[in-house]
Amino acid sequence: MFETVLGLYNYWIVIVLMMAGFYTVIARGNLAKKVIGLNIFQTSVFLMYITMGAVEGGTAPIVSEEATVYSNPLPSVLILTAIVVGVATTAVGLALVVRIREAFGTLEEDEVLALEHRMDRGA
Amino acid sequence: MPSLLSQNLPALQVVLPLVAAPLCLFLRLPRLAWLFALAVSGAAFAVSIALIVLVQQNGAFSYDMGGWAAPWGIEYVIDPLDSVMLCLVTGIATLVLMYAGPSVEAEIPRRQIPVFYVLFLLCLTGLLGMVATGDVFNLFVFLEISSLSTYALVAMGRDPRAQTSAYRYLILGSLGATFYVIGIGLLYMMTGTLNMEDLARRIPEVAETRTISVAIAFLAVGLALKLALFPLHKWLPGAYTHAPSVVTAFLAATATKVAIYVLVRIFFTVLGPIEAFQTLPATVSETQLVGVLAILAMMSGSAVAVFQYNLKRLFAYSSIAQVGYMMLGISMVSVTGMTGGLVHMVNHAMMKGTVFMALGAVILRVGSPDIRRLDGVGYRMPVTMAAFVLAAFSLIGVPGTVGFISKLYLVRGAIEGGHWIMVAAVLASSLLAVIYVWRVLEVAYFRSRPAGAAPVREAPLVMLAPMWVLALANVYFGLETTYTVGLTEAAADYILNYVPGEGPTWEHPLFEDPHGHGDGHGTGHGAGHAPEQDAHAPGVDP
Repeated sequence: MFETVLGLYNYWIVIVLMMAGFYTVIARGNLAKKVIGLNIFQTSVFLMYITMGAVEGGTAPIVSEEATVYSNPLPSVLILTAIVVGVATTAVGLALVVRIREAFGTLEEDEVLALEHRMDRGA
Repeated sequence: MPSLLSQNLPALQVVLPLVAAPLCLFLRLPRLAWLFALAVSGAAFAVSIALIVLVQQNGAFSYDMGGWAAPWGIEYVIDPLDSVMLCLVTGIATLVLMYAGPSVEAEIPRRQIPVFYVLFLLCLTGLLGMVATGDVFNLFVFLEISSLSTYALVAMGRDPRAQTSAYRYLILGSLGATFYVIGIGLLYMMTGTLNMEDLARRIPEVAETRTISVAIAFLAVGLALKLALFPLHKWLPGAYTHAPSVVTAFLAATATKVAIYVLVRIFFTVLGPIEAFQTLPATVSETQLVGVLAILAMMSGSAVAVFQYNLKRLFAYSSIAQVGYMMLGISMVSVTGMTGGLVHMVNHAMMKGTVFMALGAVILRVGSPDIRRLDGVGYRMPVTMAAFVLAAFSLIGVPGTVGFISKLYLVRGAIEGGHWIMVAAVLASSLLAVIYVWRVLEVAYFRSRPAGAAPVREAPLVMLAPMWVLALANVYFGLETTYTVGLTEAAADYILNYVPGEGPTWEHPLFEDPHGHGDGHGTGHGAGHAPEQDAHAPGVDP
């Protein structure tokens, strides 16, 4: 029991971040906060990849006399790509938020929905 | 064909639009950017035809990106299913781009037009890459390339609701893509590889672990979000309704299809050896679950479509129902059913491509896709609406059109498997399609033009030509099924009987111990540090 809680603390951090981000995306009414929640959600996945590549006591994967245990570099490299994707997603998301604010004058989801309904009926 | 060219065709297929995309930005004249994008997509189409011929001659083949051998480097694999999908995506892209010129000039501010074509080509790159790649993480990168450009394309619509639709699509699409990354991360944890064939080879060893079960769940939900399977379809109607007409035609014909392709690829080849699709560890097996969701999608999509006034929204809901048909065929897990699902992917691209192109022409001339403003449009734009009628009949499944062929295979597959509810659902959903198509036809042909309405010209020829090519394809491939059914049947057969190859001979210079890989990969243990053994062979990954 103690082992599963503390021994795998890195995975618990991942799970807590993941759920916090996911909850923010679903439950928050503010469109900008949703984008931030999405970002936290993605960050938890970055941590998950990096932590699974790490080896206790391992060094950077450069061949040398002293080192015998190396960490796996591949997950970190993958996550470099995923970070770029995450930044791009957040940028596009926030850009859309700015334009929604310009068009609707609000960022609250229920107010935007009400305005949209009025447009749908008018069209 | 020179062999150097034919060897590099898989890479060329993806790299061509990728490199060409930013060049559009330098062509400041809208018309120049349009013609350039059209030429690029035409070239990509030619490449895909050459690939189909190659696969027909030699069977599936692979390409090592950058010269790095397969499990270490990124591999592109072109098998029968890939070649069909590549041809479909590039073919539709070429037709839609030909059609795009006047429509884009009317709907998008002049200054943004070159950017529009940049995004369009990037979206095409992403879709082609997803199909061509043989690496699950590379697939994620292409998925995001196509998705991010799609969000921007949707947001280019004139209506303010395009912004909110794009926003919702971004949130749900990114969640779906992130779920997918979590899924492949868990697979990597257990197997230490990202290559699809290598994964298929190693997964049976670890199939019984909870990590793999969780990975399957994440992959299923993430991909279902991307392909808009009921009840994860909420992003689709808004995005299709408010996107520029050209974007709607392209997305409706390709984007969800490629997502379905990815689902088939992951669940039937990567996870094929452990039959993940058939036995999801849950109270309901996934076959039943996907089948039930597919039926619900078919019924609810068609039913909601009946009550829509905005025609783009109407056919967006119809698309949700059509995704249901495709998933229904796939959920049967038999060659006939799978053929039905896959052939419907191709056929639906023709139908919805035509329908949304016709609606785009109507929007260009009449200004609105609202059914209440389209009285007598069949007489005002006879050529456009005649193409629409052909596609609409195909959507219902009238014999002699491609829609009939898909439904024939779906019903045959369902009868073979003894799924009578599925047969009933296909027929009931088709009847609902009759109703919503009839509503449009009644307004277009049985009501006279409102008095005092401004005269409307027919759409320009560059728009009519590709529209009619697709409309006639609906009829041609409805009568002559050698290519569509022949190719997809071969693809279905290949996918369902997929066996991963022997794997590489372990003579890589970085591996001194030829038996080292047996311990180095595959024997992951639980949640911890499965890929750690990789660390003993540093630098194996480029």
